[in-house]
Amino acid sequence: MNTLVQRFSTTGPAAEIRKAKEVLGEEDDVVDVMGFGNLASGVPKFSIPGVPDPSAFLKMHTDDFADPSCRIKIKHGTTTLAFRFKGGVIVAVDSRATAGSYIASGTVKKVIEINPYLLGTMAGGAADCQYWETYLGIQCRLHELRNRERISVAAASKYLSNLVYSYKGMGLSMGTMICGWDKTGPAVYYVDSDGTRLKGDVFSVGSGSTFAYGVLDQGYHWDLSDEEAQELGRRSIYAAGHRDAFSGNTINLYHVKEDGWKFIGNYDVSKMHYDGPDGRGGYGYDLRVEGKSSANPPSSA
Amino acid sequence: MPDGSFSHPQERQFNPYTENGGTILAIAGADFSVVAGDTRQSEGYSIQTRYAPKVFRLTDRAVLAVNGFAADGNMFVKKVKQRLEWYRHAHAKDMPLRAIARLIQTMLYAQRFFPYYVYNILGGIEEDGTGAVYSFDPVGSYEREACRAAGAAQALVQPFLDNQIYFKNQQAPVGSSHPVHLPLQDVLSIVIDSFTSATERHIEVGDGLEIYVIVAKGRSPQGLESIRNVQELSTNPEGDRVFVIRRELKKD
Repeated sequence: MNTLVQRFSTTGPAAEIRKAKEVLGEEDDVVDVMGFGNLASGVPKFSIPGVPDPSAFLKMHTDDFADPSCRIKIKHGTTTLAFRFKGGVIVAVDSRATAGSYIASGTVKKVIEINPYLLGTMAGGAADCQYWETYLGIQCRLHELRNRERISVAAASKYLSNLVYSYKGMGLSMGTMICGWDKTGPAVYYVDSDGTRLKGDVFSVGSGSTFAYGVLDQGYHWDLSDEEAQELGRRSIYAAGHRDAFSGNTINLYHVKEDGWKFIGNYDVSKMHYDGPDGRGGYGYDLRVEGKSSANPPSSA
Repeated sequence: MPDGSFSHPQERQFNPYTENGGTILAIAGADFSVVAGDTRQSEGYSIQTRYAPKVFRLTDRAVLAVNGFAADGNMFVKKVKQRLEWYRHAHAKDMPLRAIARLIQTMLYAQRFFPYYVYNILGGIEEDGTGAVYSFDPVGSYEREACRAAGAAQALVQPFLDNQIYFKNQQAPVGSSHPVHLPLQDVLSIVIDSFTSATERHIEVGDGLEIYVIVAKGRSPQGLESIRNVQELSTNPEGDRVFVIRRELKKD
């Protein structure tokens, strides 16, 4: 009803703006082609190349996996994980970004802080994840204002999955875990750009996910203490950083509890290998095979 | 190759991009920021011009360096400047640096399906007076860093910066630690060395060098005024100040 009144009124701010636009002969898209300016009402507009198949055009110029000589290299490569346990949710990620075989950055923030109760992880296109999860943060805040209640993790993740599904086939690339704590307790949802949305206890995403799963699955159970759970997340990302060439540099560790998420720390993968998180023995097996391996035989031999 | 005959099927593609070479780099200090780029523009093995600026002053506290496809880069800078002017008219002040960074992200991402082929590095002073560098990929993912090199000689320059700025693979002398921020004079030497070395080993780098220095409000320019070929660009000497230093690079 309010919107109806607004639309046909000849006074008030909305009418003034409408009149100004008529005078200037301004089209909406001139003002809001970009920016989050008035995203509240919908989704931003994107410019599309004037070719018969825009997504083939995009792929031709940006898919460095299909064609390593393509010009626009979008950052890729990752290991991320999140799991649910009695003490909340652990989120751990690496910090490497690669463009082809070049390490474009070793200090990427792959955990996106959507709001004090929600975290998103970044795998696939860095810009896609950063942009749409920021956008999700806006929508979550609007949900709070409209409903006087925090959004559930289920609803937030579904908002994102519906959104990326509407762009299906256009070339978005994201594999993300939406993690948080709501009325139902700790929750983790996997959402990707194909439109998949899964609820679960343990997820790992990215080129190093198989390595992380190896450690994570064998060490996981519901009744882990907070310290054990944090150590498991850290140790799993270390394993991926060690074995996957596209993952590494540093580990970022977060813990979501009932009162929101907390940043636990940033750990250098090489330092984890030699010294470990507390300097009392690294994760590398050098220590365990000292004097027993072929490369470092026992002194008697 | 399409040859205009109808005797055999021919494939054509829409290819609106080219690569114009060159390199840019930025380093953040405690209360200053340095953004630099060479001025050569080339296509393939031909040099199109020896003076095509890649670094642009946006406001008294923000400088943007753009590298990749020059036509896209120039258009992008033009549009960023336009948005900053609109902001000035609406709010009667310059846009803060972190807001410019987010603006650049959304402007790049608006072209997600028809990207600008540009790598951006934004340098300047934050509202709290600290030096900052933001680096972007072509579709807008961004990060605040202490230093970043991009462009043709990225793979030559970045490892040097990692070693000299982040002290990677360096051991501090016993009983001391590496400094968190370097003084301006040291940073300028590192920038000049980066470009002379990149010019030596990369064919697309050379001709001229433009170094923009942004110094936080009320901080001493650390002997900047006495440097050769320096020019002040700031509109208000009481606020954050922008300087540009121009140097020659080898032209072969």
